[in-house]
Amino acid sequence: MTPRTDAPLTLTDFVRYQGASGDMNPIHHDPAFAQAAGYPGPFAVGMLAAGRLATFVTDAYGAASVRRFRVRFSEQAWPGDVLTYAGTAGQEREEGGERVVDLELVCTRQTGGVHLRGWATVATAAGPA
Amino acid sequence: MGEPYALEVERGKAREFARAVGGDLGADGVTHPTFLMTGVFWQGPESSPWPADREMGRVLHGEQEFVFPHGPPRVGARLTGVSRVEGSEVKQGKRGGEMTVTRVLTEYRDDDGALVAEVRSTVIETSRAAS
Repeated sequence: MTPRTDAPLTLTDFVRYQGASGDMNPIHHDPAFAQAAGYPGPFAVGMLAAGRLATFVTDAYGAASVRRFRVRFSEQAWPGDVLTYAGTAGQEREEGGERVVDLELVCTRQTGGVHLRGWATVATAAGPA
Repeated sequence: MGEPYALEVERGKAREFARAVGGDLGADGVTHPTFLMTGVFWQGPESSPWPADREMGRVLHGEQEFVFPHGPPRVGARLTGVSRVEGSEVKQGKRGGEMTVTRVLTEYRDDDGALVAEVRSTVIETSRAAS
């Protein structure tokens, strides 16, 4: 899979995702709240990059193909961070009567630090062998 | 276990969500793989396994998983969700203090009772503020 790099993260990205998803934790948009919790300021909602990582997958395989998608969060991401999404596909195999492929995915910050790792299983268009 | 709750997959909401994560809703109406995060809009306090007075400054998201036996739900789907705590354990944090790791499973079924999606959230609550 050809890696994808996004424009720098903005607070607006966080707010748009929070409004769309219903996760209104103020730690992702309210500087005073984030500082009172011990952070320098608001940090990215993890599910924003997780969602973009899933979009990276569906752009390649189609939304209907997704059978499993999992992410594990690592380093926090911050406004101004530039995130890159990358993935590798394994061998095709059979599961539940259809051909599937497993993907190993990663989203990294411009520092090289890992923001999150992901794993997906997608059905391939070929259908049962 | 929380009370069952209804979730209807609406076109406008599905499009809004897909665009918020850099995608768009396709003509086939298949929702984004992480769209069921919007279940919180449908899940009242009686359906949520989380206490209403959680301190949001100490909550961190550890993992999130979605399983779709036949792919993500489509616009027009009418689902019933049920959430329950699958497991919870207390661990020692890296910088001292305890953290509680809780895994919640939400199962979404269609009107025939067939499983449409499993959504697992792993959430970490720290015993003290970040520093």
